[in-house]
Amino acid sequence: MSTQDKVIAIIAEQAVLEPSDVALDSTLEDLGIDSLGLVESIFAIEEEFDITIPFNANEPEKSEFDISNVAAIIAGIEKLIAEK
Amino acid sequence: MKRVVITGMGTINALGHTVAETMTSLAEGRCGIGELDFQDVDRLSIRIGGQVHGFEAEGRFNRQQMSLYDRFTQFTLTAAKEAIQQSGLEFHGELSQKSGVVLGTAGGGVSTWDDNYRSVYEAGKNRVHPFVVPKLMNNAAASHVSMEHNLKGPSFTVSTACASSNHAMAQAFQMVRSGMSPVMVTGGSESMLCFGGVKAWEGLRVMSRDACRPFSANRNGMVQGEGAGIFVFEEYEHARARGADIICEVIGFAMSSDAADIVMPSKQGAARAIAGALQDARLNPEDVAYINAHGTGTAANDKTECAAVADVFGPHADNLMMSSTKSMHGHLIGGTGAVELLACIMALRDGIVAPTIGYEEPDPECALDVVPNTAREAKVDVALSNAFAFGGLNAVLALRKV
Repeated sequence: MSTQDKVIAIIAEQAVLEPSDVALDSTLEDLGIDSLGLVESIFAIEEEFDITIPFNANEPEKSEFDISNVAAIIAGIEKLIAEK
Repeated sequence: MKRVVITGMGTINALGHTVAETMTSLAEGRCGIGELDFQDVDRLSIRIGGQVHGFEAEGRFNRQQMSLYDRFTQFTLTAAKEAIQQSGLEFHGELSQKSGVVLGTAGGGVSTWDDNYRSVYEAGKNRVHPFVVPKLMNNAAASHVSMEHNLKGPSFTVSTACASSNHAMAQAFQMVRSGMSPVMVTGGSESMLCFGGVKAWEGLRVMSRDACRPFSANRNGMVQGEGAGIFVFEEYEHARARGADIICEVIGFAMSSDAADIVMPSKQGAARAIAGALQDARLNPEDVAYINAHGTGTAANDKTECAAVADVFGPHADNLMMSSTKSMHGHLIGGTGAVELLACIMALRDGIVAPTIGYEEPDPECALDVVPNTAREAKVDVALSNAFAFGGLNAVLALRKV
């Protein structure tokens, strides 16, 4: 499974959707993932890839980690994996 | 002052997953205590408890709920659903705004602490699930009941060790009696039956390895239980106006503090709480037919409790019945008073007094009628429920048949 597929699977599980329903340009809001769902997804992603995502739930928009849509999240994760 | 009645009750504990099952077990004198079953139990020297079996969170709760509900919250929500369904109440508008939830628990999410300490210390993990804090906090159960049932009035959690539920129910009673709230959901829960929870209790060396035998001369300590008891306390006229089925009336309470020792009970502190409850409920000692004892099965509690009852009731102490149902469901710590209130209700409503099982040898220092081993039919108009906690914090409730 590619990084992209793994991330989409985690997000889909959180959103209670099929992976095929999660598009690269979907936002978390589109997918119905709230702030608690977001921190849970980040936890699952950190566990899956053994990375630490620089995300502060107090000010998500100011975090270094871009969560504006699924593609941005995948790109951020790929960068963190590459930097490991 | 308003009159306060109980219009709903729910429970889950080692004797049953509902009130009906629990009362049947209490009346049959069935023992719910058995071999403990959880991870690392082989490293414990105490391996018995009143564990809830056959309770699967999967199926009752969805994935998101499961990630937020510790076992003590799961027990609470299960019992609250039963209680509120029985009451027939739905919370909307002003009723919702004024009605709240006051619950007792001593440990809160003990198994959540335990699982996550295991994960970071033993397994060496450096990351825990994001919901550890909202899952383990002592008010989690009260908050989830408020959310589930739209209860928007005063809600909080009381933590006074083994008296938590009685303090919580006394507080809820006061809120309804004073006219502050028309309805309060109250009671308590506990779920300490995990490796760390039992290991901590082992340290005190007050636990029995074989059975809980309150008041019996050969008793050798307490046995832990787990579960929840939840009640709907409702203002009498409010209940009558909607034609609710009234289970019994709560008529008084008292609280006292020993201000003496962090673990050893005091006869004076217990006696002041019992006498205070009689006074608050405007009862004469002769009015009381049944007391659900704190009756932990420890040398210290049982002697002190019997002496306190003898002091308060004088010659009537020989006429009343006092049993400890901890012999059957174990000591539910912060949830214990709530489950034990069911024994008081069974005595008042059904005329069946639950026994103290495991009673083998009379103890001259516990020379009261402890309803040994077999339930008894009796007309009970007034019952008391005792709870005396570590820390010397005591709370006694008084109930009357309706």
